[in-house]
Amino acid sequence: MSGAAREIVSFANVGLRYGTDKEVLSDLSFTLYPGSFYFLTGASGAGKTSLLKLLYLAQRPSRGMIRLFGRDVITMPRTTLPAFRRRIGVVFQDFRLVEHLSTFDNIALPLRVSGVREADLARPVADMLDWVGLGHRADARPATLSGGEQQRVAIARAVIGRPDLLVADEPTGNVDPDMALRLLRLFEALNRLGTTIIVATHDVPLLKKVPSSLIMRLDKGRLSDPTGALRYPPRPASGMQAAE
Amino acid sequence: MKGPPVLARAVRRGLSPFRGQRAAQLVPQARLSGPMPWVIAIMVALTAIAAAGGLALDNLTDRARVELAGGATVQIMESDSARRAQMVGRATKLLADDGEVAAFRLVPQEELEELLDPWIDLGQETAATVPVPALIDVQLAAGNGEAQVAGLRQRLKQAVPSARVDAQSSWLAPVFSALASLQLLALALVLLLAVTGAAAVWLAARNALGTNRETIEIVHLLGGTDRQIARIFQRSIAFDAVLGGAAGLALGLIAILVLGDRFAALESGMMAGGRLDTLDWLAIAAIPFAGVAIAILTARMTVIAALRRIL
Repeated sequence: MSGAAREIVSFANVGLRYGTDKEVLSDLSFTLYPGSFYFLTGASGAGKTSLLKLLYLAQRPSRGMIRLFGRDVITMPRTTLPAFRRRIGVVFQDFRLVEHLSTFDNIALPLRVSGVREADLARPVADMLDWVGLGHRADARPATLSGGEQQRVAIARAVIGRPDLLVADEPTGNVDPDMALRLLRLFEALNRLGTTIIVATHDVPLLKKVPSSLIMRLDKGRLSDPTGALRYPPRPASGMQAAE
Repeated sequence: MKGPPVLARAVRRGLSPFRGQRAAQLVPQARLSGPMPWVIAIMVALTAIAAAGGLALDNLTDRARVELAGGATVQIMESDSARRAQMVGRATKLLADDGEVAAFRLVPQEELEELLDPWIDLGQETAATVPVPALIDVQLAAGNGEAQVAGLRQRLKQAVPSARVDAQSSWLAPVFSALASLQLLALALVLLLAVTGAAAVWLAARNALGTNRETIEIVHLLGGTDRQIARIFQRSIAFDAVLGGAAGLALGLIAILVLGDRFAALESGMMAGGRLDTLDWLAIAAIPFAGVAIAILTARMTVIAALRRIL
């Protein structure tokens, strides 16, 4: 399995620094393939969130090359980025729900931004609410939801548009183990439908819950083995290994 | 647990518009709430008054120029009344035969004395002793006024050497100059108010952007385009600008009508020349529309410039 057309993400010698500080990410080179399930692990401050920001196009790297869906996003005009962002679902660590919108409207937001008509979005949003077990909280504001409920709204919003790539930053960080497992099953279900999943977490037991997943480990902004570029199908390497 | 609902990939359908009430709901604080509609109202009212003043001065000047165009005054200064009468006779004969003269009128002696009466008490004795020049009011045929006056001056000089010919418009040249300055001042005021209004909208838009920064970033990361986000702010700002513009136009019209009424009460011929015509009223009515357009454009440019700083 090779060629730019089959890859969904490709990093080559990517580095990122904020301002004039030292690099928070250095020499990242790896390739992610469609339909895979990846865990991104590492200690706090290892650069997981920074790497995810590069993936969901919230940040440009200081150096190197990034290809998304077969296109070079570094030299790409800014005006074409929104179309790419619509192919990426993001679950933020702090959820980032719109406080003054209801659960329904928060989940409907990506569809509305994409120009889906009101008549066409009511059904899929209602289905998604049921899917995450929040059908009865459609009118609730985020402030009235528990941490786990907010987490599920954030996930529903991320997947409602059936993204090609789902990026989740510590999606189980605020929920109990049972809920964490449930959310993971949601990701797996989505993955089975063809979405590539990248979950950043330092919850080691969680990694073992998805046997088919691949693991990318960051250490002080570098892949723990710089030569261990992620590959698909799974091929354990020092910087990337299949979960046991 | 069953799988997630399958949604047609409508999200790929392109960058369709995200507008209307739903979009406005996203950033409820984008409205220029508070004093902003009133600031716009005051700007529009002042602009309407300044524009009305400028247009009235323009009309006044134009009408005065038309009235005075082709007008000339012939003065015959001779202390001896008999000789003066002879000169007037020669001058009127020449004017009657002159093809450049459309009409003329010898101003009667009584009328002249009435004109001088406020300054000089012309009793019967004084009238006989004070040499009052003879005046002939001349209306030249249509053509180049200045050249015609020069030609007439030349011809009269030969027949009546003491005759003096003045174009009537030359008397008001300093007045016209002052009116032109006032017109420029009115234009400068209109431009200044437009710039000030745009600056006020710029500040309000930046404030609204700051207040809604978190939501905007979320929409941006969900694939919202700069134009979509700018359109939300434009809609809100247009709403306030329309409110402010309508109120401002109403205030401005009241002020213009009251001022117009006061000037009309002066019963001055010159002031009457400054009345506004239909096109002027239409131009004044267009000011709020221009204000709304400036507000929308400023908001759009402000929001897009701010968004460009985000990736």
